[in-house]
Parts: sequence; structure tokens; C-alpha cells
Amino acid sequence: MIEERFDAIVVGAGMAGNAAALTMAKRGMKVLQLERGEYPGSKNVQGAILYADMMEELVPGFREEAPLERHLIEQRFWMMDDRSHVGMHYRSEDFNEERPNRYTIIRAQFDKWLSSKVREAGAIVLCETTVTELAQDDNKRIIGVRTDRRDGQIHADVVVLAEGVNGLLGTRAGLRARPTPDNVALAVKEMHFLPRETIEARFNLQGDEGVVIEAAGTISRGMTGMGFIYANKECISLGIGCLVADFQRTGQTPYGLLEQFKRHPSVAPLIAGSEVKEYAAHLIPEGGYKSIPQLYGEGWVVVGDAAQLNNAIHREGSNLALTSGRIAAEAIGLLKSRGASMSATNLSIYKKMLDESFVIKDLKKYKDMPPLMHTHSQNFFLTYPQLISKAMQNFVRVDGTPKVEKERASLKSFVKARSWSGLVGDAWRFARAWR
Amino acid sequence: MSCDTPVRVEDKLYYNRYLVDVGYPHVKVRPHTTPSPQLLALLKVCPARCYELNDNGQVEIAVDGCIECGTCRVIAEPTGDIQWSHPRGGYGVLFKFG
Ligand SMILES: Cc1cc2nc3c(=O)[nH]c(=O)nc-3n(C[C@H](O)[C@H](O)[C@H](O)COP(=O)(O)OP(=O)(O)OC[C@H]3O[C@@H](n4cnc5c(N)ncnc54)[C@H](O)[C@@H]3O)c2cc1C
Ligand code: SF4
Repeated sequence: MIEERFDAIVVGAGMAGNAAALTMAKRGMKVLQLERGEYPGSKNVQGAILYADMMEELVPGFREEAPLERHLIEQRFWMMDDRSHVGMHYRSEDFNEERPNRYTIIRAQFDKWLSSKVREAGAIVLCETTVTELAQDDNKRIIGVRTDRRDGQIHADVVVLAEGVNGLLGTRAGLRARPTPDNVALAVKEMHFLPRETIEARFNLQGDEGVVIEAAGTISRGMTGMGFIYANKECISLGIGCLVADFQRTGQTPYGLLEQFKRHPSVAPLIAGSEVKEYAAHLIPEGGYKSIPQLYGEGWVVVGDAAQLNNAIHREGSNLALTSGRIAAEAIGLLKSRGASMSATNLSIYKKMLDESFVIKDLKKYKDMPPLMHTHSQNFFLTYPQLISKAMQNFVRVDGTPKVEKERASLKSFVKARSWSGLVGDAWRFARAWR
Repeated sequence: MSCDTPVRVEDKLYYNRYLVDVGYPHVKVRPHTTPSPQLLALLKVCPARCYELNDNGQVEIAVDGCIECGTCRVIAEPTGDIQWSHPRGGYGVLFKFG
């Protein structure tokens, strides 16, 4: 048993935990961070896009030393049916800037690096240690943790729960509910290795330029879901995720979807001849604003995915994790500097600060999107992609049919599939939720 | 494209690194005679295909290939059909890339 007492214990060394531990250690606090993986990152899965601004706030010079893959100069959105895709591509030379805004990263490598910064700042980082339980006193105040390493408890003034989407400890201690099938998505992904030049040729890139493709449509078989293809230096990370409730309802298999996505005629040439080196799966919080649980209590705060802080519409999670971890740590630092206790009342300042940040503001903006997507998944992920693909084909195929007739046929196919009131309703619902 | 092209999940898991905690499975299925709908769903939804039907029609788990996503917990822990924990520190899947 560790007899010492810590200012703070951080559970988890993912994005949120590392941000919190680093911020507190930099303030000179006595921090213990516990991670169940062999090394930080060995349990973590992401696409992965890193958003530079949030990283810069933590480690200003990270571009010089962090393991970054490619800076993104192009974003492609694909709406797919079984044989085609309709795409919108945005590529700009502006993104070839001195301090690029977005990078692809490989999480296992990135987390390991970020953890080295946490150690440098003075925190104690113990890996291969699973926290099994939160320790509570008679008044239900969290006073520390129990691990599978040693008997007894390790004590701290405050415990930062950065335990990721599964959030087992918080659930077990009754601090929040377990994720439900309709507020988490299951994503499966593979790492496809190819020579650097091949990747650059296939994706039209030079040097360290990068591109990401986000895809939706019939690839998710009517379930709420998305596919993604991200170019790294020497590998392509490719995957697909759908709502767990939809998997449960349809009986589709995640690996079945992944295989179909890989075989799609728009995708197959991009990964042809690659060597697969890993198959991973992970949950993603999808419930949005309405599923955010209680964020603080007597002696504890929760940050990152464990608090469902994930913007599914923009596919942002790591930045919300980094920012919530940092803000929680700043709140704790503030209380500590005032000599204030880590009571629920005092820790409520964390929520106030988070409410003021983009984290909660963005999630609030899209608060109605998740329910809309989840209840209308057939229309948004199956019917519309098929209709749009047909309409596009009708538009570009030159076959002697007069254009007026072509347009009429396209319109008719939309009305037939969704009816006028359905179309107007969908547009209205979508616009309202997006507002 | 057909939905039922067979996919060999074992081949996929073969790419991964694991440190198996022999004798300490982190996920357990509650003994049953007839599986609940939730348990049956796991046969398909588990991305590592850890759940199998035995000859008596009961759902069994072999955790060695588990990639620790937590999907089975979300579906079948509320009904008490399974018990789900993290593996002991250091054990389980070890992602090289993630
Ligand atoms: C396929 C996929 C693609 C994604 N793409 C993007 C993207 O492109 N951009 C983006 O910004 N976000 C993306 N995300 C979301 C992003 O990965 C998450 O939001 C982010 O990782 C959350 O960070 P976190 O620190 O909260 O959780 P995690 O990174 O999951 O970290 C949790 C940590 O806690 C540890 N832990 C848990 N329980 C215990 C315990 N009891 N004891 C000890 N340690 C414990 C875990 O081992 C882990 O290291 C993606 C997610 C997935 C699954
Ligand atoms: S955690 Fe995921 S991989 Fe492991 S058994 Fe459950 S569903 Fe399968």
C-alpha cells in the first residue's frame, strides 16, 4: 500500500487523463496517475484526427516533438450507395501553413509521448494497474482508489475520473449510469500498411500532406453510422462505426460491415495490396448534450469520454477530452491554491468553467441531432444516399433523354420514396436540430 | 454486395498482440438453460466473436480474443446475463497503433 497521500489521483492515461495530470503536475501538485495498459495508449483507439489548438494549450511546442503523422489539407465527405459515392471534397493550400490546424496521429504512439510530458512535469505514472474500485468514506465522499496491484487504498484529496467511455468505476460507485445501447456507437477499424509513395500517389498528396474521408450511406445498412479512411504516413486507418442499439436490432456484424466497406468499389483501390497489422474496436459516446452525466461530486470529477463529452456530428472527441481534462485540473488547482476543500459545492466550479468553453457550447448546439439521427436512421443512412446517387447518375449520364424529363424523374423518385410531407418534415427536422 | 460473405474474425485477431491472463477471465456469462435475447445478440455484435453457442444451445464466452470494447457490457450487463470487468493491469489486448 502506498502510504503517501496525493493531491490528486487521475484514473486513466488517455487524452483526458493526460491533460488533467499534466496540468496539475505543472502547477506543482502531487499527482498519481494510474493506467491499466502496459503503457499509456495500449488500450486506446481513435481514427485519429488531432486538433492542434487544444494540444497547443497543453504543450505549446508539441509540433516539434510529438509523433504526428500528416497535417490535413483535404477533407472528403462521401455519401455512398452500394456501387457509387457522391462526394464533396474540400482541399486548400491554406492548410499548408506554418502551424497546421489538424493532424492524423496514431494513438498508441501519441499517448505514450504525451505521457512522457506528464512524467517530466513531475507526476507519478503507474501503468499495468487497473483501478478496481473508488474508496468512499461513511459520508459517500470519494477519498481515493483501490487497485489490483496492492492491498488497501491509495488516498487523495480528489479523484479525476478519466476512465474513457466504459466508465466502469463511476458506474460501480453509483456516480453515473452505464452507457446505453442508444448512446454509444461501436467502431471497428484496421491499420493498412503501404509504402509512403503509394499512399501519396493514391490520395494525391505531397510530403506530409494528409487527407481524411468520412463516409455515410448504405455502408451502414440503414443503421446510424459512419465509415472513415484516414491517411497516415505509411498506413491507412480505415473503419466503420454504428450505434450499438442498431447492431442489436439488426443483427449485423461489425466485421461484416467492415469487410463490405473495404470491398466497396470506391474504397478497394485505395487499400489494394496493403498489409493489415491491427484490428481494433472501441465504443464512441454518441448521446450528445442530453446524455452528459453529473460531472462532479464530493471528492471527484469526471472528464472526457467517461462524461460522454463527444461531438459525434463533427467527429470530435479527443479535443473535448483534452479540454475537459485541462479545465477540471485548472479548477482543482484553483481550489487548492485557495486552500479550499474538494467538496461538491467547490468542485462545481469545474462545470461552470466547462459550460463557458466550446465543449459544452458545441454539444448544446447539436443537442437534438443524436435523437434525430437515431430515430430516422433508415432515411438518413439508406434512403437518401440511394436517391441522391440515382439522381447524380441521372444527371451525368448522357442517353438522349431530355433534361426536363430527367429532372422530373429524379424529383419523382424522391417523392415516391419519402412523400412530400416526409421530405419537408425531414428537411425541417434536420434544420432545426442543426441550428 | 452481399451481406453474408463469410469473414474470418480469427484471422483479424491474429494481427493483434495479447497478454492472456490465464485462469482470470474478465468477462463471465451467467449460467443459464435458455439464453436471453440480449445474450443471443452478443453472438453477432461482439467484434471479436468471443461468444459462441454450445451444443446445448447455451451462450459461452472465450475471452482470449476480447478487444475490450465494452459492447457486450452495454447490452447484457443490465439484465445480469454477464459480468464485465477490465482485465487485470497489463493483461489483455495491447494495441500497437490503436
Ligand atoms: C474509431 C474512433 C475514431 C475516433 N476518431 C476521432 C477523431 O478523429 N478525432 C477526435 O478528436 N476523436 C476521435 N475519437 C474519439 C476519441 O478517441 C475519444 O474522444 C478520446 O480518446 C477520449 O479520451 P479519454 O481520455 O476520455 O478516453 P480514452 O482515450 O479512452 O482513455 C481512457 C484511459 O483510461 C484507462 N482506464 C480505464 N479504466 C481504467 C481503470 N479502471 N484503471 C486504470 N485505467 C483505466 C484506459 O486504459 C485508457 O487509457 C474516435 C474514437 C474512436 C473509437
Ligand atoms: S468487450 Fe467487446 S470484444 Fe470483448 S467480449 Fe465484449 S463485445 Fe466482445
